[in-house]
Amino acid sequence: MAASFISSLLTTDTSRREGLLSSRGGNLFLIILFSVTVLASIGNQLFPPGSPLHVDTYTITLLGKYLSYALLAMAVDIVWGYCGILSLGHGAFFALGGYGMGMYLMRQIGDRGVYGDPVLPDFMVFLNWSELPWFWQGFDSFPFAMLMVLLIPGLLAFVFGWLAFRSRVTGVYLSIMTQALTYALMLAFFRNEMGFGGNNGLTDFKDILGYDLQNDNTRVSLFIITACVLGGVYLLSQFILSSKFGRVIEAVRDAENRVRFVGFKTENYKVWLFVYSAIIAAIAGALYVPQVGIINPGEFAPLNSIEVVVWVAVGGRGLLYGAVLGALLVNFAKTQFTGILPEAWLFALGALFVGVTIFLPRGIVGLLSSWKKSNGGNA
Amino acid sequence: MELSWSEYPKFKRVPKRTAFSKNLVTAIILIATWISGVSCVQASDQPPETSFKELVDKMPSTKLKNLSKVVTDLEQESDPRLLPLFESLVEGKLYYVKSDKTVIMLNQELDDGKAFRATQVLDQTTIEHIAKSDIKKIRVNNKLRKQLRKAIAKLTLFSEDSNQRLAAVEKLMSDLNSENITLLKSAKESEQNNAVLEKMNLALNIALLDSNDKSIQKQAVKTLSGELHPSVRSRLNVILEQDANGEYLEDDKQLIALAESALVKIDGKLEFYGFIERVFFGLSLGSVLLLAAIGLSITFGVMGVINMAHGELLMLGAYTTYVIQTLMPNHIGLSIIIAIPAAFVVCGLVGIAIERGIIQFLKGRPLETLLATFGLSLILQQAVRSIFSPLNRQVSTPEWMSGALQINPGLALTYNRLYIIIFSLIVFAVLLLVMKKTALGLYVRAVSQNRDMAKAVGIRSDWVDAMTFGLGSGIAGVAGVALSQLTNVGPNLGQAYIIDSFMVVVFGGVGNLWGTLVGAFSLGVVNKFLEPVTGAVLAQILVLVFIVLFIQKRPRGLFPQKGRSAE
Amino acid sequence: MKLKKLMTATAATVSIALSAAVSAAETIKVGVLHSLSGTMAISETTLKDTVLMMIDEQNKKGGLLGKQLEAVVVDPASNWPLFAEKTRELLTKDKVDVIFGCWTSVSRKSVLPVIEELNGLLFYPVQYEGEESSKNVFYTGAAPNQQAIPAVDYLMEEIGVERWVLAGTDYVYPRTTNKILEAYLKAKGVDEKDIMINYTPFGHSDWQGIVSDIKKFGNEGKQTAVVSTVNGDANVPFYKELGNQGISAEDIPVVAFSVGEEELSGLDTAPLVGHLAAWNYFQSVEADVNEDFIAQWKKFAGKDRVTNDPMEATYIGFNMWTAAVEKAGTTDVDTVEQAMIGITSPNLTGGTAVMNKNHHLSKPVLIGEIQEDGQFEVVWETDGVVPGDAWSDYLPGSKDIVADWVEPIKCGNFNAKTAKCSGQNF
Repeated sequence: MAASFISSLLTTDTSRREGLLSSRGGNLFLIILFSVTVLASIGNQLFPPGSPLHVDTYTITLLGKYLSYALLAMAVDIVWGYCGILSLGHGAFFALGGYGMGMYLMRQIGDRGVYGDPVLPDFMVFLNWSELPWFWQGFDSFPFAMLMVLLIPGLLAFVFGWLAFRSRVTGVYLSIMTQALTYALMLAFFRNEMGFGGNNGLTDFKDILGYDLQNDNTRVSLFIITACVLGGVYLLSQFILSSKFGRVIEAVRDAENRVRFVGFKTENYKVWLFVYSAIIAAIAGALYVPQVGIINPGEFAPLNSIEVVVWVAVGGRGLLYGAVLGALLVNFAKTQFTGILPEAWLFALGALFVGVTIFLPRGIVGLLSSWKKSNGGNA
Repeated sequence: MELSWSEYPKFKRVPKRTAFSKNLVTAIILIATWISGVSCVQASDQPPETSFKELVDKMPSTKLKNLSKVVTDLEQESDPRLLPLFESLVEGKLYYVKSDKTVIMLNQELDDGKAFRATQVLDQTTIEHIAKSDIKKIRVNNKLRKQLRKAIAKLTLFSEDSNQRLAAVEKLMSDLNSENITLLKSAKESEQNNAVLEKMNLALNIALLDSNDKSIQKQAVKTLSGELHPSVRSRLNVILEQDANGEYLEDDKQLIALAESALVKIDGKLEFYGFIERVFFGLSLGSVLLLAAIGLSITFGVMGVINMAHGELLMLGAYTTYVIQTLMPNHIGLSIIIAIPAAFVVCGLVGIAIERGIIQFLKGRPLETLLATFGLSLILQQAVRSIFSPLNRQVSTPEWMSGALQINPGLALTYNRLYIIIFSLIVFAVLLLVMKKTALGLYVRAVSQNRDMAKAVGIRSDWVDAMTFGLGSGIAGVAGVALSQLTNVGPNLGQAYIIDSFMVVVFGGVGNLWGTLVGAFSLGVVNKFLEPVTGAVLAQILVLVFIVLFIQKRPRGLFPQKGRSAE
Repeated sequence: MKLKKLMTATAATVSIALSAAVSAAETIKVGVLHSLSGTMAISETTLKDTVLMMIDEQNKKGGLLGKQLEAVVVDPASNWPLFAEKTRELLTKDKVDVIFGCWTSVSRKSVLPVIEELNGLLFYPVQYEGEESSKNVFYTGAAPNQQAIPAVDYLMEEIGVERWVLAGTDYVYPRTTNKILEAYLKAKGVDEKDIMINYTPFGHSDWQGIVSDIKKFGNEGKQTAVVSTVNGDANVPFYKELGNQGISAEDIPVVAFSVGEEELSGLDTAPLVGHLAAWNYFQSVEADVNEDFIAQWKKFAGKDRVTNDPMEATYIGFNMWTAAVEKAGTTDVDTVEQAMIGITSPNLTGGTAVMNKNHHLSKPVLIGEIQEDGQFEVVWETDGVVPGDAWSDYLPGSKDIVADWVEPIKCGNFNAKTAKCSGQNF
């Protein structure tokens, strides 16, 4: 049903550029996002458990998780779909954002940890650390922690992008470098000496800004916030990408050398887009962690980053709501599939990779629009 | 916390020490006298034949913890059947027949391990065929093995085989009590072989370090100065032991000075050999990287195809080895050799299939190729998991690849690593020859440099693409055979190497085989020299960060490909 | 073949579910939370099968409280956040009465807040680092004092080890175990310079340098042993390298805490023979109850399958839970939790396991030597059972902490000094 909805809105969108600017698809996306959020929240808060209209907290948390993933997919789409930079390391920014939030949440535990130490998180007491490492300072303050969530991944993206784009590392080289980056970070975060809890990561969070994380209201609020951020980021990105900056970016994707010859400093455009995208990924991570309740180095695994790329490819790259659609669909399929036939999931995922790249270069949204186009032509 | 240690239950010791050491001493004296030809063994009340037989007959029914006592008693027997008996026991080849409790030694496996040829311990007659289900093993543990090895050392000190004598002296060196010293002295008199003699002298000199006579001690320290055997170093450290205040326990200042200078000399040598050893470790890691990356340097470097399933081709190569080995379980050494061409063919065919089935549709879209092959790697992994189970598979190492080449007591190079270094160089050389000297190599280079022009002169570029990809994949399979000897053969084998191999190729310079070689070995050596300083994890991270930064500086790697195809 | 196994397992699950649906309108639901895909599937699938087998058995005996048991199997896919999600699903959607699950510490840590929030009941069957005692979790695997410390005692007293290499994979279990062992060894008078500690990453395969260091460390003339908390995959290359560099089990024995029958079943055991492992159970233990269990397992899962320690822990946990439910007459979590304490149940080594006030078991500790056939020969065992210690006496942070779930303390981490109970989630 949703598909026919989207496709009906794509009827006139013969060109992607037009779709992006007038964006009936985008408007529909916002409408659906808004209504699902409102309905789910009402369903959870107003209807008692047992009522057919009740939405349980499990579903709310699940939806919140999906929406964080959707935000991450959007971040990847911004650099890949619009600028042709295939990042296989966006999981690193996501995880760094998550760790920033996790550190704040750890500090909020205070003396309610198992060892009852007022300052040190449990894993530090357990490793006989006597004081808080310098990089943990300040994370008890929410504004500071949020600043770090944006700053650290942004800075990493800036340094990495600045070095890479200036020396014109492009294409597959860049992809491999981003993969090495997230791999190195994963190895580093697995080390217990790093002071981030090693393999166990950060967990057992109690509350956020004084609200109990296990309370249904907090969960619904987090879900609503995630939805709002997703909508907001969508609008902002839409605005940026349809501005002059966005047009240069798309031109870089299609013919970087020509843009450079015309006189644009393409590397600057790319660096800023990369930083912007990394920050979105970090925000997604920060929203993800309080909802799932744990962050550990596994989030840095190269496989995770590559999976995000597949969400985008499945949904349709070069369209922001395509990425969102892809993220939601694949994750929904994953939840269903692993429940029924766990062994078959990797086969299915692998086949999805191969099939989409060969047969569906523009993803589901692309398929729908071309299908609609031919249908419309017949009518 | 709930339980303080004083309340902790008392431990029961399962294998009880009996009057073991006392008996051992008696045994040693008896054997020593027997061996040196003094025939006074018959002095015991019981004739040896009966007691040997009695003891052997006791073995099947004796529990493991009491077996040590039986062995101790056996050691007192001066029977020629003792040595093969002990050797079988220590190697786990001593069994007994379930029906009549006859103790037998297995000689040879028959019918794929379902039956054996064996020798009876008592009457030394051969049983040509006995089924595995009819016999039961006499089990041993470490303690017993240790005891047996010492006993065997004493029995083989006068063996015909000089290697056995050498091993015996080495074993006795770890336990230089007065009986063993006497034994060594008497053996030395009849010893002809220089190597054995040298080791005996070393042992006797080490024994002299414990002498009460200071001048003998000093002389021994002088003789042993610079000697790399570990017991020399540990004995010297005993002389140099200090008490809590940092005062030497030894009074003789001259002896202390001598020992110290001897130790400095030894440590200097050890440091040097330690350095060589590190280089070897580095080269070994480098050879693994080279093997993992070399196939990729063909597919990625020459064809420009990003094959994320490359790691899985390594894995398939390793699984081919496993399959070949299960097909011929009695010829482990041969199976490895056969696995090399087999893995080349299997992986080459898989490679061609990948090229024809997926990659040819994605020409000129490298990022899509990357994604599609990544999906393929997931499928291959899961396929292996479904076919062979997610558990790691067992690939045995042939005899000639186990152990180490002992250059001196301070330096030993393990054979498997040594062979793999050599093997990686051979593979590299062969590949270089193929690329430079064969028609295929010519076509490959032509297509990679200018596809249209190559087509124009009549090269079937599709065919060349498939062959090139097959070649790269086949080489990956061959590398997988080597990896099966070093690491786990399991579905995750490939993932462990994929990022490293890409790093090596990119670092060395895409499209340049020599670059891959230099890149692999230098990264290996750097990694191994970092490891003792930073630990294994940080070393790996630092190398990765280094490459990432290096590529930013020199985007085309160490040896950039020249020519116009660069952009 | 694999597929066939899968199908039988699925069929078994379905048939259990079906028979339950037919025979009783109401069933008691048992959640099974073990990874069936991903890296941990190798180990955890076995435990899922064990629980299914136990449920099958119980249903044949007429179920529990007159109702049939129904297994609800989910797959957290070795993904730690997914463990929390699936726990929530089991507790809120499927409304299970008990969960058997988790293997890694991180998965347990991930599940913990959820299970405490929703007041569920989890049986955790794997040896772990301790430093935890939750009202909602029963720990049926070994705590460090039920594995590591007795193993060190054995090496010290029986083999006369004076120099120690503590080698582990860099994660929380080896870190904690080695911290505890280091403190314990020092308390026993072992000098700082006679202890070498080394950490390697997961799946480490290039052991040349480290083994060479161990060899040098062991060449100092004193008997040396390696206490290995090296995890899973990294073990085979480690033992191979030891063998190749000429270090035999007689020279430098390695005692491992994570190498069991299941891990050995896919290995070339030649380089491992003579090395040691410390567990609370070995398949080779001669006891009638063990023989029955092995026979039952082989019938259920296939004749090539082996049994191991976490399976025994699952067996004990399951039997204790059924006993507690029968004793309490209900599956209500709070009532069952209190009924669990003091429950006894036969273990597979011929003795009896007791659930203590700290939610940990009392178990015997066995040391076994690896044999060519991948089995262990028991060479030593503790005289009686050792009660599991949730909070180690050898870590400064947890010295004063006691777990006691009986009135009047009723707290998983009660600080005896400050008489305060901190960090409880209910």
